[in-house]
Amino acid sequence: MATLARLQARSGFVGNQYYFRNSVVDAFRKKENHAAVKIQSWFRGCQVRAYIRHLHRIATIIQKWWRGYLGRKHYQLLVEVAYYTMKMDLYNAMAVRIQRRWRAYKVRKYCFNYFCFKEYLQAVSEANDTIREVLQEFAEIQESEEKKAKLEREEKQREKEARKMHHLLSTKQIPGIYNSPFRKEPDPWELQLQKAKPLVSRRRRVGPKPSAGLANWLACTSARSFPQSDILPPIDRKPCQGPFRNISEVLEQRYKPLEPTLRVAQPVDEIKRAREEFRRQEWVRNITDKMFLPFSSYHKKEKYMPSMLSSSKYDPSSCGKQDFRSEDPRKWICDKDFQTVLPSFDLFSKYGKLYSKAGQIV
Amino acid sequence: MSQRQVLQGLEEYQKARLQFVQKVAEQATRPQNIETLQNAGVISLLRPLLLDVVPTIQQTAALALGRLANYSDDLAEAVVKGDILPQLVYSLAEQNRFYKKAAAFVLRAVGKHSPQRAQAIVDCGALDALVICLEDFDPGVKEAATWALGCISRHNAELSQAVVDAGAVPLLVLCIQEPEIALKRISASALSEISKHSPELAQTVVDAGAIAHLAQMILNPDAKLKQQVLSALGQIAKHSVDLAEMVVEAEIFPVVLTCLKDKDEYVKKNACTLIREIAKHTPELSQLIVNTGGVAAVTDCIGTCKGNTRLPGIMMLGYVAAHSENLAMAVIISKGVPQLSICLSEEPEDHIKAAAAWALGQIGRHTSEHARAVAVTNVLPVLLSLYMSTESSEDLQMKCKKAIKSILQKCTYLPALEPFLYDAPPNILKHVLGQFSKVLPHDSEARRLFVTSGGLRKVQEIQAEPGSLLQEYINSINNCYPEEVVRYYSPGYSDTLLQRVDSYQPITD
Repeated sequence: MATLARLQARSGFVGNQYYFRNSVVDAFRKKENHAAVKIQSWFRGCQVRAYIRHLHRIATIIQKWWRGYLGRKHYQLLVEVAYYTMKMDLYNAMAVRIQRRWRAYKVRKYCFNYFCFKEYLQAVSEANDTIREVLQEFAEIQESEEKKAKLEREEKQREKEARKMHHLLSTKQIPGIYNSPFRKEPDPWELQLQKAKPLVSRRRRVGPKPSAGLANWLACTSARSFPQSDILPPIDRKPCQGPFRNISEVLEQRYKPLEPTLRVAQPVDEIKRAREEFRRQEWVRNITDKMFLPFSSYHKKEKYMPSMLSSSKYDPSSCGKQDFRSEDPRKWICDKDFQTVLPSFDLFSKYGKLYSKAGQIV
Repeated sequence: MSQRQVLQGLEEYQKARLQFVQKVAEQATRPQNIETLQNAGVISLLRPLLLDVVPTIQQTAALALGRLANYSDDLAEAVVKGDILPQLVYSLAEQNRFYKKAAAFVLRAVGKHSPQRAQAIVDCGALDALVICLEDFDPGVKEAATWALGCISRHNAELSQAVVDAGAVPLLVLCIQEPEIALKRISASALSEISKHSPELAQTVVDAGAIAHLAQMILNPDAKLKQQVLSALGQIAKHSVDLAEMVVEAEIFPVVLTCLKDKDEYVKKNACTLIREIAKHTPELSQLIVNTGGVAAVTDCIGTCKGNTRLPGIMMLGYVAAHSENLAMAVIISKGVPQLSICLSEEPEDHIKAAAAWALGQIGRHTSEHARAVAVTNVLPVLLSLYMSTESSEDLQMKCKKAIKSILQKCTYLPALEPFLYDAPPNILKHVLGQFSKVLPHDSEARRLFVTSGGLRKVQEIQAEPGSLLQEYINSINNCYPEEVVRYYSPGYSDTLLQRVDSYQPITD
């Protein structure tokens, strides 16, 4: 209690003291406060920095591990890829090698077979040679034909010439110009002339002119294309005066071929020829080749052809052969004819007597 | 008495007409009279005589008109303007055969000059009348009508189409089968004129069954008929593969080749044309021709003739060679190349040379084998000289250049290339050096030869722009040789050596 009392006693003093002291300190308080704040901030800064540094260190460690992990992973991938590419390269190289061989084989075998090609070229050159030969032959044949034709033409020409100049042929008395007596041999033309027949001047053909004359112009125009006048009479040449013969008749007379004698003109066997000619004409005019023969004996030999529909086994030939009298007279018992019951037909009694087999009247 | 006088007057008039017409017809045969006749207005005088009552006068008037119209286009135009055609067409159906012949002759003479005249004839409706004439009994009438149809249809496709539409083709095919050679000839030529214009027209002719009959007549001994038949087949075959195959299927093949040996130039030419038209379509058709020995026959044919007759044969070789390398090889072994090089150097005309150059280019462009085969015939210098010559035409220069280029790009035969180093222009030199730069690195023998023949020296002398293709080739050639050798052959090397001699101080003790 004493203490309390002492304290209480001293409380006023303490209070003063407190105030005094406080007032003394007040002058420094702000400064100290600042200092304390500074000290604290520094300290706290240090503390936080230390903490952050710690954190950083830890993060670095984490990152290091993580990155290491990632790196390893990536590297592994890389290695794998590299391995893979290496492998693929090898495979490709091998594939190329195989393909190369195969393609070379295929091309050589199917596309560009050297031997085949060579053979083909050989074949082509052979074909060329044959076609050249054939064409050469063809041309030669053609040429020889042409030459022959030319020779023939020339020969004909010469012959014609010779025929034209036939009058220069030498006669027995007078030598011709090609047969000079001063020469040993006659000219080849002489021989040619001897061979040639003399050229006879060709007869002019007598006859009306085919060109459309004044007289027949109306005949060849059709009625529909031209207005055909009925009024104009046909323009014709004025007939000559006097009782002259027709001009064509006169010309015919004039240019009639030479007929030296009757004998030469008419052959000996003229009648025979005329007959032959007549027969031929007859034959030409016939419509059928088969002669018409008389009916009585012509069909006799023909066998009767029964109709398909009729069933009778009797035919005319069977009748009269077996049941009636035989045709062979030796087999007859008596040589008289059968007595007829009915009066005979005239025609039947003449049967076989009137006509012979060849169809000629007996 | 008076009746007789009247008749006499009439008779005299008739005689005078006849005489006049005959005189004109006779004078119209000479070209020097034509102008006088035209100036005298003879056409208007002849026109009424076409309607004369006497058929002889009519015919002769038509004949005279035909001869006049035949002479020139002006006169043909005068005939058209004179309104004569309808009259002719009308009477073509009505009159006798002599008149028909004469009328068809006039139509032909008018129609042959130009498409306008032919069109005028078509406009008059002459085609129907002419087609009816084709059914006539008289071969002369048929011939005249066929000829007129041929003259009309040869101008252009429309006129041909008109002729086809008139139904002429089946009748023409019937006309070919007639025994008369002249009629056969003319109808074959008419078919050729019709089918030359377009594939459709040719197809119409084929559908009428013309090919079989035409193919039969190839062996006919008559040369002119053969000409026309071959030309018709060629005109049919030229349009398309199908038509060419139809022609080939008529088994013309070994037979046509005999025509190449014919005496007649035109038969040869038309046969070559036919083969060319067939060969140009496909490799298969060319192969067929090669297999039957056609190439050898054509080669021989080229050797035996001159001038324009050669042209189709040359082109045929080119077409065959262009299809594939095998076919080109077939041309080479058929000895086509020497023949072509003969053509190239012999022929005076530029277009034939151009064709030969083109054909050679087609043969040589396939492989080095082909190029070598072409090069050994020594044809390259000829081509080069033609290319460089100022006298040759532009087309020829172009073709020569292309041929040289395509041959050089495949050629590995160096002896043939060497001369080009000395006298070729830079645009060709490029290809030559390119070939050297390809061959030399792989061939030691060639390298040695190249040096000894002076090629390397020439290469060093070439002025090339740095960085150009030419320079690249030169560099790659230089790389094949040691540096000293290259330097030794470079121009001016002796000078530099002498300089070095001058500047050299001998070491003295």
